[in-house]
Amino acid sequence: MNVTVRAPEAQETVQPIETDAVIIGAGPCGLFAVFELGLLDIKAHVVDILDRPGGQCAELYPEKPIYDVPALPIVSGQELTDRLMEQIKPFAPVFHFSERIDALSRTSDGRFRLKSDAGTEFLAKVVVVAAGGGSFTPKRPPLNGIEFYEGKSVFYSVRKIEQMRGRDVVIVGGGDSALDWTLNLQPVAKSLTLVHRRDDFRAAPHSVEKMRALVAGGKVRLLIGQVTALEGADGALSAAIIKTNDGTEQIPCNAMLPFFGLTMKLGPVADWGLSLHENLIPVDTERFETSEKGIFAIGDINSYPGKLKLILSGFHEAALMAQAAYKIVYPDKKLLFQYTTSSSSLQKKLGVK
Amino acid sequence: MTKITFIQPEGDSQTVEAENGLTVMEAAKLNDIAGIEAECGGACACATCHVYIDESWRDKTGKPSEMEEDMLDFAFDVREGSRLCCQIKITDALDGLVVRVPAKQF
Repeated sequence: MNVTVRAPEAQETVQPIETDAVIIGAGPCGLFAVFELGLLDIKAHVVDILDRPGGQCAELYPEKPIYDVPALPIVSGQELTDRLMEQIKPFAPVFHFSERIDALSRTSDGRFRLKSDAGTEFLAKVVVVAAGGGSFTPKRPPLNGIEFYEGKSVFYSVRKIEQMRGRDVVIVGGGDSALDWTLNLQPVAKSLTLVHRRDDFRAAPHSVEKMRALVAGGKVRLLIGQVTALEGADGALSAAIIKTNDGTEQIPCNAMLPFFGLTMKLGPVADWGLSLHENLIPVDTERFETSEKGIFAIGDINSYPGKLKLILSGFHEAALMAQAAYKIVYPDKKLLFQYTTSSSSLQKKLGVK
Repeated sequence: MTKITFIQPEGDSQTVEAENGLTVMEAAKLNDIAGIEAECGGACACATCHVYIDESWRDKTGKPSEMEEDMLDFAFDVREGSRLCCQIKITDALDGLVVRVPAKQF
């Protein structure tokens, strides 16, 4: 018998999703791009690192009012997101949440191949980068040398609980992530210390209650203080130094999970061969196209003379981008400019006729 | 106009004049004060405009609200007198205010 054993990766043949457009970023501009592209019969898949639509509107200020969206004198970030989702429904975009596009390259037939960190692959005729301030990534505490421990003994997320079995774990933070992981990891960790700067927690009350019960039962140690330094060598953490009200304490540990929220980093966008200027993507103001034909950039992530980082500017950019994208997706068709108010063909697409 | 002094961790200080009604963060950004990042633009959503209020001024600036206190969980080296300066409105009562910029923002 002739058996060939292949590495698991080689066996997986991921079939790329073929589509007209991939939109990177599901913030207000990415969502409105679905609408403008949809009116021109351009189908889109939308990828976002967050687990829901809205981008900064959802992550940073869902409750906060926005006053400068035309015709909406006051609207919250969440309501704006909800309304955009309603508006783009007729175009049935496919969302890929909690995924980040890591690789983007041009194929021999002129299309683009994109790959996400979860392994999803796309083949698209055009790409719209609507990534705002970049991808939301966990905040790195500004502790000296923390980068040497990352991925080995300092983790910002846990992919497998088993990874923490038998370890002396320190979790830092007072929100839902910190509390959820305290509850989830306590059964497998050798020891677990929760460090938070105050004896008040933002997390869901029932998680806090459960945590307090574990502390009362001696299963979890709660330490009120702040991490000021790390000790260890070659990526292996041996202790965390905690400043408390009574002085400093050295907590022996070999795994630490800091949860200090999210920040925006440009991320893999920088690796796609696009011209960048001060972490922004220069575009022209007719098509909002980048230095690469067929790759567009709209919203906060682009730059051009006179650029204003406003949602309303991003909407305008989406409309013009779609006109240019049409010429790539349908090179042989003539585009007739139409109004949604009077065009029966547009109204049919919107499902109102 | 109200005077506000920002003291850097190394001791350099800069006194600026600001209009009442602005926030201390806005006064800092308008005057390019180093170490005040204000990534979220004043929405109390990021903790990168963290400052330490000089002890003699804490009564006048008051304590952080609950929302601000929650967001301070995301700041580094929080101390007595820690505030997010986007949440402090400038008034005549704060004329002469002294704040210290922390060594590190997140």
